[in-house]
Amino acid sequence: MAITAAPIRMRPEQRMAVRKYGDRAFKWLTLIMALSVFVLIALIGFELTKGSHLALRKFGWHFLVGRDWDPVSEQFGALPFIFGTIVSSILALLIAVPLSIATAVFLTELAPQWLRQPITIFIELLAAVPSVILGLWGIFVMVPWLRSHLFPWLKSSLGFLPIFQGPIYGVSMLAGGVIIAIMIVPIITSVSREILRSVPGLQREAAYALGATRWEVTRIAVLSYAKKGLFGAVILGLGRALGETMAVTMVIGNRPEIATSLFAPGYTLASVIANEFTEATTDVYLNALFEIGLVLLGVTIVVNAVAQLMLRTLGGPGVRPQA
Amino acid sequence: MTPDQEKQSRTMPPANPPRIAPPRPEQPAQPATAAPVHQDMPAICVDHLNVYFGSNHVLKNVSLNIRARAVTAIIGPSGCGKSTFLRALNRMHELIPEARMDGTIRLFGQEIYAPDVEPVIVRRRVGMVFQKSNPFPTMSIADNVTVGLRLNGIRKHGVLAERMEQSLRMAALWDEVKDRLRAPAISLSGGQQQRLCIARALAVQPEVLLMDEPASALDPLATSKIESLILELKKDYTIVIVTHNMQQAARVSEDTAFFYIGELVEFGPTAKIFTSPSQKRTEDYVTGRFG
Amino acid sequence: MSTRAHHTWRKCKNALMQTVTFCCALLVIAPLLLIFYTLLKSGIGSVNWDFFTKLPKPVGESGGGMANAIVGTFILLGLASMVGVPAGVCGGIYLSEYGSSRLNGWIRFGADVLNGVPSIIWGMVVYALVVLPMKGFSTLAGGIVLGLIMIPLIMRTTEEVLQLVPNGYREASLALGIAQWRTITQIVIRTALKGIVTGILLALARVAGETAPLLFTAFGNRFWTHHLSDPIAALPLQIFSYAISPYEDWRRQAWAGALVLLLLITTINVSVRVLTRDRFRK
Repeated sequence: MAITAAPIRMRPEQRMAVRKYGDRAFKWLTLIMALSVFVLIALIGFELTKGSHLALRKFGWHFLVGRDWDPVSEQFGALPFIFGTIVSSILALLIAVPLSIATAVFLTELAPQWLRQPITIFIELLAAVPSVILGLWGIFVMVPWLRSHLFPWLKSSLGFLPIFQGPIYGVSMLAGGVIIAIMIVPIITSVSREILRSVPGLQREAAYALGATRWEVTRIAVLSYAKKGLFGAVILGLGRALGETMAVTMVIGNRPEIATSLFAPGYTLASVIANEFTEATTDVYLNALFEIGLVLLGVTIVVNAVAQLMLRTLGGPGVRPQA
Repeated sequence: MTPDQEKQSRTMPPANPPRIAPPRPEQPAQPATAAPVHQDMPAICVDHLNVYFGSNHVLKNVSLNIRARAVTAIIGPSGCGKSTFLRALNRMHELIPEARMDGTIRLFGQEIYAPDVEPVIVRRRVGMVFQKSNPFPTMSIADNVTVGLRLNGIRKHGVLAERMEQSLRMAALWDEVKDRLRAPAISLSGGQQQRLCIARALAVQPEVLLMDEPASALDPLATSKIESLILELKKDYTIVIVTHNMQQAARVSEDTAFFYIGELVEFGPTAKIFTSPSQKRTEDYVTGRFG
Repeated sequence: MSTRAHHTWRKCKNALMQTVTFCCALLVIAPLLLIFYTLLKSGIGSVNWDFFTKLPKPVGESGGGMANAIVGTFILLGLASMVGVPAGVCGGIYLSEYGSSRLNGWIRFGADVLNGVPSIIWGMVVYALVVLPMKGFSTLAGGIVLGLIMIPLIMRTTEEVLQLVPNGYREASLALGIAQWRTITQIVIRTALKGIVTGILLALARVAGETAPLLFTAFGNRFWTHHLSDPIAALPLQIFSYAISPYEDWRRQAWAGALVLLLLITTINVSVRVLTRDRFRK
């Protein structure tokens, strides 16, 4: 049954309003919000630079190589913290990367199906544990255990190495490295999983067709194809490790010294800011901390940018921001 | 409406002459640019239409007139520009960033690509039904039908309810859904969803209805329902239908246009195109020698 | 080696690697299990009614609770949402629905850069921007810093979710003559709403556990906060200051606080999973 009714016309003002203002206003609103990203980046850089100008002027480049951190005499050198950040991060990578990639391989290639989802869920839950809770566990559970079990064993069996010599306090560079490792394992694992999953099935099929075992398929077809992406995942983990603050602060000992022993306490760029910011009594002190922030910012941005570039140019649809 | 009133309104042209520019209150007569509407005026006049996607010349110099209150079928092999042509008629091709066109298209005498014309207004007068039915998944059946009205400012409950029933009846869906109007639209079958999309398009009362292979994703039973719907609708609406099914074109349309690689090869009454086409390429296509 | 022996060796190697990687996976989830176990063991005893309702007691006295810290965390999350959600969602809309691919690429890159900025740096920036002009630590500063951290997170998840909405819906809506902005807000966002909410919840779960940026913005408070311009307590802050203190009672409460915080975050994450599982089932 066909019915034609008289068409209903819009009121002219209504039409005009929709036409003129709606689309353009909305587009501009969303554009401004999107551009806030650049505003924020600029703001961060600007505030950090402004906040550190006294220290920049006073110390110049010497800041990066000075070994003394002495608030009393207002001598500030960042080398201990740079050292601490680098060493703890490398330690963390040494521990975390093999474990993460092996786990990722297990989850995507070798594990039986029923086991994959539970383990994946556990890892995502671990990713969600806040740094401070991990630090709490670190102080009261991990460090005592390290102090009474692992470190003495390392000292007795590998004590000929300079890195395993010296007094054992528990809180140490090594503890810092371990706790950072625990924090970055989830992200390296999940990104590696994405990378491995994005390896085309054809590669695997070709290897299977040649009669390879599961492990051989993984080694030949998957890992070599995914090498670059996995490296990107590692760099991403490094970026995360560099910025790790709370858990590290709680277990690393917080002593601004450069020592060869891993049992000695250390100090990282992020930790010194966390510990001393609210105690900074003079302007120069505060500025020095800002400058440390500037160094930390520069390093993390560069590392993260490199990681993103590596991950984008080849494996996977880009990295999802991780909890 | 009583049956007599219905009959009367069916034979009369739309009460007000169609306008594209918003009516100025002090000028109840038509704007100067519009030609007076008369019974035999073609619904759409396409004149030297060229469409480019970037450097790709997709439609080449197409000119034809689409008869009002009739069904015009657009046929041709894949990639010949049928869908592009259809989308040029309601300015939908503009959604693609690199698209450009030149030429003119007139809707009842008024240019739809004039600089002061908003695409939004054009699309309210020229409706579209797509190949894959796409009822909005978060809305009920009733809300889907009235969404075009509601989001264009019509809020009055009585009007919406009345228009919804009309549209669902026109789409031959009313009896099947009248008891479950609040059910989610995606709970309908494929054929029902497509008729829902037709009802949704009809609810805003377009003058022309464009259909891009509306039945190609449906089974034969649903397809025949859509076709009888088209035959009913053409009494009041101008319909342009793109189809790759030549038998369907022969069944429902008065005129047929045959496109081939972006060119309009031949255009004329359906009977002629299918029985005695004047172009060899047309003949080859309709007899199945290629395509 | 004969072919048979070689084949056996390959099978052994295969089994070996499976075992090795399985052990690595166990090592990876071991800390989580240990943490949960310790939290439960040490914290459950202290999670009592007092904990949720009482304020912290002075140094040395036992008893008291973390009521103000729990409330403080929620207040900060609320403020953070007000800052982070509009900017993040609108930015995500722009990335998905508008913009040239070149500009959008840069914006995405910028968002990813922001996501990699350590949260303590955010704290320093907001210290300079809000705390210094206001001449004091404040709830407002704490809310702002958490909100700023959320912006790039929400922007990316919103964009991803909007991209998943099939183009057919946008086309159908535009073909009805509905304006583009209405198409986006009423059709596209409605379809993607669950995913957007999921992204917001995940961002909230992430910033709920942040301590570093709050150290010099919200700063912490032993009492109830009554004004936006006053410092405010927050669970992570309280856990931190109790954990590094020498008082046994405070340390006990730190475990309780950690348990509550972890439960809060896990609840959000689990409910997000439940929400998204429905989506896939359809």
